[in-house]
Amino acid sequence: MTALRQLFRFHGGVKPAYNKEPSTTQPIADFYALAPLPAEFVIPLHQSIGGVPHPLVAAGEQVKKGQLIGAPDGYVSSAVHAATSGTVKAVEMRLMPHTSGLSALCVVIAPDGKDEWIERQPVPWRAMAPDEVRDALRDAGVVGLGGAVFPTYLKVNPGKKGKLDTLVINGAECEPFITCDDMQMREQAEKVVRGAAILRDLTQAGQVLIGIEDNKPEAIAAMQAAVTQTGEAKIEIVPVPTRYPAGGAKQLIRVLTGIEVPHGKRSTDYGVQCFNTGTACATYEALELGQPLISRVVTVAGNVLRPRNFVVRFGTPMKDVVALCGPKPDSDRLIMGGPMMGFAMPADTVPVVKATNCILVGSKALFPPPPPEMPCIRCGECAKVCPSDLAPFEMYWFSRAKLFGKAQEYHLFDCIECGCCAYVCPSRIPLVDYYRFAKSEIWAREQEKSAADEARERYEFRMLREEREKQEKAAKLAAKAAETKAKLAAAATPEDAAKKALIAAAMERAQQATQNPPAPPADNAEAPPAPPAQQTPS
Amino acid sequence: MIAAILVMALGAVVLGAALGYASIKFKVEGDPLVEKIDAILPQTQCGQCGFPGCKPYAEAIAKGEADINCCPPGGEEGIRKLADLLGREFKPLSEEHGVEKPKSVAFIDENTCIGCTLCMQACPVDAIVGAAKQMHTIVPKLCTGCELCLEPCPVDCITMVPIPETVANWKWKYPTFAIKKVTA
Repeated sequence: MTALRQLFRFHGGVKPAYNKEPSTTQPIADFYALAPLPAEFVIPLHQSIGGVPHPLVAAGEQVKKGQLIGAPDGYVSSAVHAATSGTVKAVEMRLMPHTSGLSALCVVIAPDGKDEWIERQPVPWRAMAPDEVRDALRDAGVVGLGGAVFPTYLKVNPGKKGKLDTLVINGAECEPFITCDDMQMREQAEKVVRGAAILRDLTQAGQVLIGIEDNKPEAIAAMQAAVTQTGEAKIEIVPVPTRYPAGGAKQLIRVLTGIEVPHGKRSTDYGVQCFNTGTACATYEALELGQPLISRVVTVAGNVLRPRNFVVRFGTPMKDVVALCGPKPDSDRLIMGGPMMGFAMPADTVPVVKATNCILVGSKALFPPPPPEMPCIRCGECAKVCPSDLAPFEMYWFSRAKLFGKAQEYHLFDCIECGCCAYVCPSRIPLVDYYRFAKSEIWAREQEKSAADEARERYEFRMLREEREKQEKAAKLAAKAAETKAKLAAAATPEDAAKKALIAAAMERAQQATQNPPAPPADNAEAPPAPPAQQTPS
Repeated sequence: MIAAILVMALGAVVLGAALGYASIKFKVEGDPLVEKIDAILPQTQCGQCGFPGCKPYAEAIAKGEADINCCPPGGEEGIRKLADLLGREFKPLSEEHGVEKPKSVAFIDENTCIGCTLCMQACPVDAIVGAAKQMHTIVPKLCTGCELCLEPCPVDCITMVPIPETVANWKWKYPTFAIKKVTA
């Protein structure tokens, strides 16, 4: 049946050496069955795209495994949970698994060794409103496990039409060395299929296509068997040709459905949504088992003696995981992700996080330092392999010259940083580094611009307010003056008139007196003695 | 002869009417150049340029009353953009107006604050929260770092704190290569 499906081709792509076999010879191991619990779990609060969750625990508090320790902050954010039971040692800045080598807020948990779970209750998602299911997914910390860590609850949305045509489950796993999805599909195919079925029902998708690269025949067979066994309807396993980057969301959608999502549009506008197989599995665990996302399958490969996949909880130091695989003595760095898109880690002590699909151990022999960059000869090889149909040499040109506006005109932000262009570049130019530089500069400028716009608005509003207050004050004063005047006028009662007449008469007399001064009265001398009389009260 | 004159006159009347109509219908409100200059200025509203805000400075530039190098928060990049827009020569930042500093936000030491509201009255963007005899605090997201609140504070409890580099605002660096020494 699968042979009948027509597949499409995405533009470009490369075929690097896959190096996937070594880590698939052994089944996935539970890390904690082979090694003791680490002395401390360092769980970064920011493990997904979007807002940084705020900590819900403080130093000294007891937590249980799976307890919520970071609450989502803002619309785009995802919850974070404790990886084991124990005491919160600190909520402090720790080194992040990020190229910058900077620190961010982490919850440090000292395990008590009991590994005691919180109470886990399956979520009755079938009986719940879509919004409630989304909230449950957010609070279970489910994010895209393919590496982009976009909060899943935001994607579980039937779109504008009210239902999706096609739900794509991404099991392509095209990047060399990484085998975590492959092994998970082989061993936990049923969970993945059930998770895909949940996502199908939540998005009301007409069909579910699970795309798996054809270099993973075991995974394809296992998934096929799981679909037959679970009897889930409308789910189809589709082997896709092995070509990097077939696992890119837009590329896989193109291969499976023929839809090419244009610039500035989302796949949901065309009735298609894409999830990773690991995400499907995490969705199943979150909703059917009530288990928040606290661990994932991580491939350890590269310069190690025994490459293997492990289930590792977030917060475990990478060096502990690597130590189980026997790193070779010449290992000099850890890379999170694969050789094409991965990031070098600032130290081997950084924790495993939700984005850690692979810990690639590097050495000078395995990944030699990049040869010197030569001038671009505009050969166009990069444009031939670009899976996003861009002109990489133009984007390079403008990024290098810091002409960011021009780089954006060439759709810099449609670049998925897959590294195909740098892979084929005969001048060995680190093209992706230039794109990343240009992208982060543009982002920073955009942010500055919006901050300036907001400041302008606030300043103008303040000016307006001050002007208004001035006018209001003037109006108030004028009103008050008018009021007193009116009061005075109203107070002119007959008594006042009489008083006024008296005063007027007195003034007249005084005037007359000054005109013809009278002789000083004889009794004038009697007045002074009066005060002393008052001074003798006793 | 008369026909030719009539045709020309008719043409003049028709075109004149069209122009007259267009000048009313498509009348440009305000000075678009001021808006363009204002868009480049950083909107700190700090007054370091000698004008009471970014907009007045923009108006002065547009009128030719002020130079383009009087805005320290805009820095060199701002001057370059203004020079580009106005077709003028680039000039280094005028020293009498100040120096370019790393972006900072004001911070109130809440233990020292006496709640006098003087800083709130000075803040051009209403970024300070508080009331008379109540402690004040600055909303860092809204603070433009103009430093106008520093001077009025009678107890000197406001300091400028540079914005630290975090994972969220970290930027990829321009790709560079270490130059190796070659021994001949």
